[in-house]
Amino acid sequence: MASVPDDLQYSAEHEWVDGELAVGGEVTVGITEHAADALGDIVYIEAPSVGATVTAGEVCGELESTKAVSELYSPVTGTIIAINDELANAPDNVNKDPFGTGWIFKVQITEEPSGLLDAAAYGDLTA
Amino acid sequence: MCRDGPTLPLHSEHVALGATLVDFAGWEMPVRYTGDIAEHTAVRTSAGLFDLSHMGEIAVRGADAVPFLEYALVGRMGAMGLGRAKYTMICAPDGGVIDDLVVYRRDWDHFVIVANASNKDVVLAELKERSAGFDVGIADESAGVALIAVQGPAAEAIVTEMTARDADNIASLPYYAATNVVLTGDVHAFVARTGYTGEDGFELFVSAEDAPEVWRLALAVGGERIRPCGLSARDTLRLEAGMPLYGQELTRATTPFDAGLGRVIAFGTEANSRGDFVGRAALEAARDREPSRVLVGLVGDGRRSPRTGYAVTDAGGSVIGEVTSGAPSPTLGRPIGMAYVDKGFGEQGTQVLIDVRGRGEPMTVTALPLYKRAQ
Repeated sequence: MASVPDDLQYSAEHEWVDGELAVGGEVTVGITEHAADALGDIVYIEAPSVGATVTAGEVCGELESTKAVSELYSPVTGTIIAINDELANAPDNVNKDPFGTGWIFKVQITEEPSGLLDAAAYGDLTA
Repeated sequence: MCRDGPTLPLHSEHVALGATLVDFAGWEMPVRYTGDIAEHTAVRTSAGLFDLSHMGEIAVRGADAVPFLEYALVGRMGAMGLGRAKYTMICAPDGGVIDDLVVYRRDWDHFVIVANASNKDVVLAELKERSAGFDVGIADESAGVALIAVQGPAAEAIVTEMTARDADNIASLPYYAATNVVLTGDVHAFVARTGYTGEDGFELFVSAEDAPEVWRLALAVGGERIRPCGLSARDTLRLEAGMPLYGQELTRATTPFDAGLGRVIAFGTEANSRGDFVGRAALEAARDREPSRVLVGLVGDGRRSPRTGYAVTDAGGSVIGEVTSGAPSPTLGRPIGMAYVDKGFGEQGTQVLIDVRGRGEPMTVTALPLYKRAQ
């Protein structure tokens, strides 16, 4: 079973969110271990650019693995304040350490998040 | 991830190895055990172990086995020696490909046809329908047969070590030939030097009940030299090797000529005549007209890979083809693919673009295969 850390929030599209879930709050976003395992070896990540606005539940990039291309969704609405540049050279960090060095982008939230799942609910979703 | 598909003889082995299982043609199959790239690389550098038990095995026996197969399939089966294998196709009357097949000659009047998992029932029904008037029996033996492949440069050493009694038979087995072997543990196997990875390798047909023992034997004998490999690695290996996949490069809407595989059709010559076969008239017509599109290889310099269904365009953005398969090539370290393109764009070195979400990724048209092992 893929791990589901208790201290994170999750989207149904298999992203995790870490940080202050309020307008003005800054959060870090990545994909879950479950999603990384399903995709296989990730070889390329197209993340949104710093300054771009993203909308909860909408596509904001792509993840490419040896097997397939998968869309990357934003779990929150806001402005991109950072992307993980190291993934350009080490996209496999998403497989090796999805909740750590495999983080993908950071967002400053502009709209109150809703519909995120806690670890128990996300665990049920992927069981 | 797992659906309630029918289970195959090696299912519990895959679960024990921690495989990620997916539904494939109704079967629950391992897509990977550890990582796609490591599994792919193992086959290129040492050896990989594959469970192909989802493939269909159809036996044809009887006095008319040869004339029947020569009528039902596009190749010449009568010329095959005992213990030989042949790559062939079954086509519709309009020349479209129903499936690509490997046929093994086990005896003068006994052949085994290996069909793609997703097509087995269609192939079986077609064969039965085409057998009217021929003295043959056609039997679906898929449920009782497991197919295990050992592929890679270390495959010969490993399979040789899996049999004390028949080691010499394995070492001397030519490519596209097969022989009966007794493996360690007194397990009977029909072992063929065939595969779908672009490497030297063997495919072992064993009974479903012996399959777990043979699987574990290959892992025990192979040790550090062998790694279990899933469907994901199998797909990137066959793509590098330029081997067509049914449903992608080959479909009911393509003839063997479209895929550059006209050579599999034996029309016969004056000196070496051949009777009628299903699809003959349509395939003769297809032979005599230039195909409007050709199957080519693609290699890119960027990070994005061509993927099935992506449009191929010229520099001006006009659509000139469609990608049938693509992936980042673990061996070449670059994105690769196969595509049907308009004939004028089929020359090696032609620059084309792949439409990735509205952005043109440059690709170079390249001859197939994209990878060829050192002989």
